[in-house]
Amino acid sequence: MPDGHMSDTSRRRFLQVTGGAGVGLMVGFTWTGTSRRAQAAAATNAFVPNAFVKVAPDGTVTVLIKHLEMGQGVFTGLTAIVAEEMDADWAQMRAEHAPANAKLYNNTAFGPIQGTGGSTSTYNSWTQLRQAGATARALLVAAAAQTWGVPASDITVSKGVVSSGTHKAGFGELAAKAATLPVPADVPLKDPKNFTLVGTKLPRKDSAEKTTGKAIFAIDVVQPGMLVAVVQRPTRFGAKAQAIDAKAAKAVKGVVEVVEIPRGVAVLATSYWAAHQGREALKVTWDETNAEKRGTDAIIADYKALLPKPGQLVTKEGDVDAVKGAKTLKAEFTFPYLAHAPMEPLTCVVKLGKDGCEIWAGDQFQTIDQMNAAKTAGLKPEQVTIHTVYAGGSFGRRANVESDYIVEGVAIAKALSDAKVQGGKLAGRPVKLIWSREDDIRGGRYRPLYVHGMEAKLGADGSVLAWQHRIVGQSIMAGSPFDQPGKPDATSVEGAAEIPYTIPNRLVDLHTTTSPVPVLWWRSVGSTHTAFAVETFLDELAAEAKQDPVAFRRKLMEKHPRHLAVLNLAVEKAEWTKPLPKGWARGVAVAESFRSVVAHVAEVSQDDKGRIKVERVVCAVDCGIAVTPDVVKAQMEGGIGYGLGAIMYGAITMKDGVVDQSNFDTYRCLRIDEMPKVEVHIVPSANPPTGVGEPGVPPLGPAVANAIAALTGKRIRDLPFAGSVSV
Amino acid sequence: MPPIKLTLNGKPWSVDADPDMPLLWAVREIAGKTGSKFGCGAAQCGACTMHVDGQPVRACSTPIGSIAGSKVTTIEGIEGKVAKAVQDAWVKLDVVQCGYCQSGQIMSAVALLTDNAKPTDQDIDSAMSGNLCRCSTYVRIRAAIHEAAKALEI
Ligand code: FES
Ligand code: FES
Repeated sequence: MPDGHMSDTSRRRFLQVTGGAGVGLMVGFTWTGTSRRAQAAAATNAFVPNAFVKVAPDGTVTVLIKHLEMGQGVFTGLTAIVAEEMDADWAQMRAEHAPANAKLYNNTAFGPIQGTGGSTSTYNSWTQLRQAGATARALLVAAAAQTWGVPASDITVSKGVVSSGTHKAGFGELAAKAATLPVPADVPLKDPKNFTLVGTKLPRKDSAEKTTGKAIFAIDVVQPGMLVAVVQRPTRFGAKAQAIDAKAAKAVKGVVEVVEIPRGVAVLATSYWAAHQGREALKVTWDETNAEKRGTDAIIADYKALLPKPGQLVTKEGDVDAVKGAKTLKAEFTFPYLAHAPMEPLTCVVKLGKDGCEIWAGDQFQTIDQMNAAKTAGLKPEQVTIHTVYAGGSFGRRANVESDYIVEGVAIAKALSDAKVQGGKLAGRPVKLIWSREDDIRGGRYRPLYVHGMEAKLGADGSVLAWQHRIVGQSIMAGSPFDQPGKPDATSVEGAAEIPYTIPNRLVDLHTTTSPVPVLWWRSVGSTHTAFAVETFLDELAAEAKQDPVAFRRKLMEKHPRHLAVLNLAVEKAEWTKPLPKGWARGVAVAESFRSVVAHVAEVSQDDKGRIKVERVVCAVDCGIAVTPDVVKAQMEGGIGYGLGAIMYGAITMKDGVVDQSNFDTYRCLRIDEMPKVEVHIVPSANPPTGVGEPGVPPLGPAVANAIAALTGKRIRDLPFAGSVSV
Repeated sequence: MPPIKLTLNGKPWSVDADPDMPLLWAVREIAGKTGSKFGCGAAQCGACTMHVDGQPVRACSTPIGSIAGSKVTTIEGIEGKVAKAVQDAWVKLDVVQCGYCQSGQIMSAVALLTDNAKPTDQDIDSAMSGNLCRCSTYVRIRAAIHEAAKALEI
């Protein structure tokens, strides 16, 4: 997701594009009437004070999580917010995915859409879940007060025990009574000073299941009569199937049917292995009239040709051209296409009936997936039920406005319902669509390829007088409901349009290009490239000015105390000025993304064969209140590893439009022996929580590149760097 | 074709399958044990790691016909003090993020500690480098293996 902001224009446009379909989804409950709650309680024997909390008679409190648990820890963090306001015991808390329902479970940062992204899960849920927890607590207290005949003010709640004098009761004992009471309005929230769970180390709620193989991902879902499908997609983006020869495929034992869908040709079988073999035997001829036939070298050359030309204006402060006679520095950067490569390849299970469709998926964009599935199936969005299950990673991949893999699954199920296909006898059979790793790596929706051009003017005293930053690349938002036509594409320039450095003359502009190669947000989106360009170029300026890179940044950052504090914490903990062993060096970078600020100090070494190794990364983060600090640490560790793998090895390249990579042997990812030691320090804060899943990524690349430059003198401007530096 | 006979998690297992079918798919789709994961299908990621006669193997690239008569153990069937120490350490340090790679990580870690009770960081790096984790839980995997080794000393 972009930075989670959806402007009013975007919101309106979203409703237009979707034909106001959001309204169709707004069935469901209002959860304010006592009778409705009493009904729900009677049905489940639980106390259900609102859409987020269920209290069972045994005292178990289940939090309905509206966001996808894909590793970032929402089952733990969001549950902690409710537990805090309820004064519950951590052990009695459970988490489960909420049903897809845009009215109850929309992401308040996106508008009328349920979805996860832009590192907004905690940010948009904070107040909502505090209120949900506080309301539940107030009802339990009221139930106790009535039962015991004491004033509510005499009642305390601690670790899941409600007590007053000699009276004591667990939540479960009070649940039935609480369910009959009217929901109070405006329940006061706790003073953060009194938090006992938020801000402490809490065990993850999903650790046990995920260490015993019991956790269920979409690929593990089994439905009676289910067929397994794989899809043959075109080798070149934008091509369409022209002729299909399915004879050999159908002869493979276990293959049940071959059907054409808009995105390719699906082979259905009784097992993945049979489907896979069937696909190997399939012969498809593609119509490549509208396909991308350029290789990535040609695309880069096309982009570089745009660099001398002014683009669409993004930021203009002062007048860069008016600065004369200063020392000028220039640099060009190239950033390749990147695949997300989540560990679980894209998978969904679809069961399509005449008047309804059920989908099981590690679903990241429920509302949009409901609409796209409905359109494909010829149903209404409210006829599409989504069962969200754990996702084996995503990094942005599972949220896309075309719902690519969900639509494929539904299209296959729909094709089976055609009476012409085996006389309709396969109609209604559930379908599990599995992408192979090769499908994933070659399937597009990449972080776009970008070329940047930078130019700066330095005064004799080392002050930065002018700063020009030009970006060339595809837009992630173009054509999507999030698009803001006429405005520069926010996802291409975030992290460059605004920088925490005060420079009197600054110009940022953008060339938005087009290509049939589909692109998508990739963990930290625009900041994956803008932070690299800004932070490495700034480092070059510091070196040119013969100043320490930290001191140089501090001076320019005076007007941004939050950034400065994060930078200071990182360099203090990393002991920036302490000498390192011979053959080692440090580099620093700081970046804001998704409302959080992160600074990394990277230590790199070079061995006698010239090989570079990243030894240690010291991280400081300001993410507002760290709800579950250990999860924040885990996300910083993860962001560091994910970012490091990408800058070392990550690249999708194409020759004549055909992707060169196919699996982890050619699309290399970071392995354990390349993982640096990591230390994470969290800036204490009383501000509401901000993003955590993505912000660890942006400063990693430039911190490492700056360390390599400090060690070897070589400036890395073309990623990945394993091509130019020995690792 | 006669069924292929093996032992799966301590129980006799007779599989009616194409001998070329990878062990991973036989276990997931025929035996219905889904704890072992599909990550690459090409012996590149380790998500499918199982023990065959006590040795860690990439089940996605092991034809079931090639291991007839063997004892196969999956994440659902590991037991004993090493397995317990590893799983306990994983929970204690909250190693997991998305969790998708973790069955494979744990199978590799159990094999490592069964072989080498006191692995160094370097031993860990070399034994575990075949197991990718896209969430990069590597820092904690290292720490948890040391933690498990420590627990096993007592
Ligand atoms: S799935 Fe077997 S090694 Fe990746
Ligand atoms: S925990 Fe997600 S891939 Fe390892």
